[in-house]
Amino acid sequence: MTLSFHAETFRDDYTFANSPAAIRAFPFPFDRDAYMYTVNIEQHVPGPVQSATEFPIHIDEHYVAEMRDRAITLAEDPLRCQSLPHMMTAEWDLLELLMTSMATHYPAHFTLSRDGDRWHWINRPMDVDQTFTFGDVSTLPQGPMEYVTRQCQGDFCLLDQREDNLWMDAGMVTSQADWSLDFDLGMNFMEWHAPVPLAHDLGVFERALKFLLNLQHGCPVRRLNWTMTINPRLDTSPENYHRWGIDKASVTPENVGDKVHLRVELQALWRLPRSNAIVFSIRGYLIKMDELVTQKKWARRFHRVLASLPQPIADYKGLGRFRDTTVAWLSRHDDGLPTSPGFAPD
Amino acid sequence: MSGGVQFPVRVAEIEAVSPAVKRLRLERHDGPSLPPYSAGSHTVLTLEARTLEGGTRRIRNAYSLLGTTLGGGPAYEIAVLRSPQSRGGSVFIHDQLAIGATLSMSAPVNLFPLHRTARRHVLVAGGIGITPIAAMARELAAAGQPFELHYAMRDEASGAFAAELAALYGPAMRLYVSQRQERIAVRDILAHQPVGTHLYVCGPERMIDGILGDARIAGWPDSALHAERFLAPEGGEPFAVKLARSGIATLVGEHQTLLEAIEAAGVDAPYLCRGGACGQCETPIVSADGTLLHADHFLTDDQKACGKTIMTCVSRLRGRELVLDL
Repeated sequence: MTLSFHAETFRDDYTFANSPAAIRAFPFPFDRDAYMYTVNIEQHVPGPVQSATEFPIHIDEHYVAEMRDRAITLAEDPLRCQSLPHMMTAEWDLLELLMTSMATHYPAHFTLSRDGDRWHWINRPMDVDQTFTFGDVSTLPQGPMEYVTRQCQGDFCLLDQREDNLWMDAGMVTSQADWSLDFDLGMNFMEWHAPVPLAHDLGVFERALKFLLNLQHGCPVRRLNWTMTINPRLDTSPENYHRWGIDKASVTPENVGDKVHLRVELQALWRLPRSNAIVFSIRGYLIKMDELVTQKKWARRFHRVLASLPQPIADYKGLGRFRDTTVAWLSRHDDGLPTSPGFAPD
Repeated sequence: MSGGVQFPVRVAEIEAVSPAVKRLRLERHDGPSLPPYSAGSHTVLTLEARTLEGGTRRIRNAYSLLGTTLGGGPAYEIAVLRSPQSRGGSVFIHDQLAIGATLSMSAPVNLFPLHRTARRHVLVAGGIGITPIAAMARELAAAGQPFELHYAMRDEASGAFAAELAALYGPAMRLYVSQRQERIAVRDILAHQPVGTHLYVCGPERMIDGILGDARIAGWPDSALHAERFLAPEGGEPFAVKLARSGIATLVGEHQTLLEAIEAAGVDAPYLCRGGACGQCETPIVSADGTLLHADHFLTDDQKACGKTIMTCVSRLRGRELVLDL
């Protein structure tokens, strides 16, 4: 598939926008008219053509702009990318996973040639041509995780498995929904999920952890998560809350359609072969309300989901300042008709 | 999906590495190469063994993957001890399996991984338990991590791979031959380890218990102790099993596991390790007319006493009939 990449921004003048095809491919996260936490994990198998899950690693029209935004964030704050010393094998595993997947599914844009340990990587959209020795850090400009994730959409965490738990011991996190790698680094699965409301009482995390400890190589899984963001900003980090937090107060009935975005994370988990670590990828998608309501089913359903959302979840997701205004705006796009089953637009 | 990814393989080499142990080289024959894996990983082989009556019987056995094929590629290697008391898998491999035979092999799974934040690693193997332990030594040596290897065997001849391990690791390796009254003195070994050392042991059940017991007495925390607790599921008295959801009734034979009987009845039941360790085959019990014989290392003692679930790969019933929610 040949993509044409947008010149757009995720800060300052916020020129980000989705094409009609990208709107249709948006991974809308609600398959019913209400939302509650579940262990919504499924096999990460290929989805429909031109959907976000068509390929294991999804590259789209926003690729070049997202990578440019990541570089800006990293230049300001290098701690968005960190790795503990015992994670080097997992870093190489991740590099292999991402490069082979991108080259296999987007051959017009990426090429990987392997001759034993001598690898040759070509990334045409970013004008990269790199020969290196797999396993030899000195042959790459950065560590393997930083190198490859500066060239792949989505945030990535590497989880070490020990003591029947998963430990967040490395990651590249520049487009997060208000959580901090620098704060969570070295925490285990229960610790970094501690702030989530309600789900602990439902036993969601015990079950999810037990499941993930048995994750097998070759059988990746995925789930969708969501929140809402004001302006199409990728870097909604706690470190920069002073820059974006105030935007929540800027929503008015007149600007909901342009300012308020549904932010969906396609999260996938892979067992890595050499390290026995797990990579947790968080591939984010943004869609403004004006774009969302071009799909009538999604407009009706999102209105109902947002209106009925339990208060603790709305608080945790930080929707308080603009939820009512957005629900009122969406109500004009909900004619009360029943919605069809499933996630896909009609 | 039970069992995960399967690779079709062909037996490429068989070598007797001791009178009772054979090394098998299994080559993938459908094209792509096999993925790398981490030391301590095992695979599950699916064997179609011939029975005395002239039919075939499907046996699935877990074997540790050797350190020689850690990088993946065209083949994986395993080592198999001939164990006449087993359910027939190892005897079939030793007596019937020939070069060129085709088998199905699962993707690697690691339930006995190295602890990657350890400062030092003490590796202890007894007999065929050397297979995952030697893979660990190889991975640690390649990464330049400090380790020592202690390998106990009945007599010199029975110690598979002993000579090549001694050549590879020299002073980091010590052999113990029980025929010469040599015993692993765990307390002495552990007394001189720096903080942050982890201990790994694989071998006969009694040896594991002894070594872990000594380590605990020496004050080592459980989080620094690791054992490959694979059980060879032993047979038992036959009993009836009924699967409530699929409406299937069948019999679990004396040399068959509950999981094997369920599979033979045509039900694709969940499993992963087939050794009572991973928890994947945990199945809810509707009713049990008899006593549950829990043989796994996954359920807690309390859970076993409750009798609400059973691990079908190693546990069974002493009694008349077991009804499962399957």
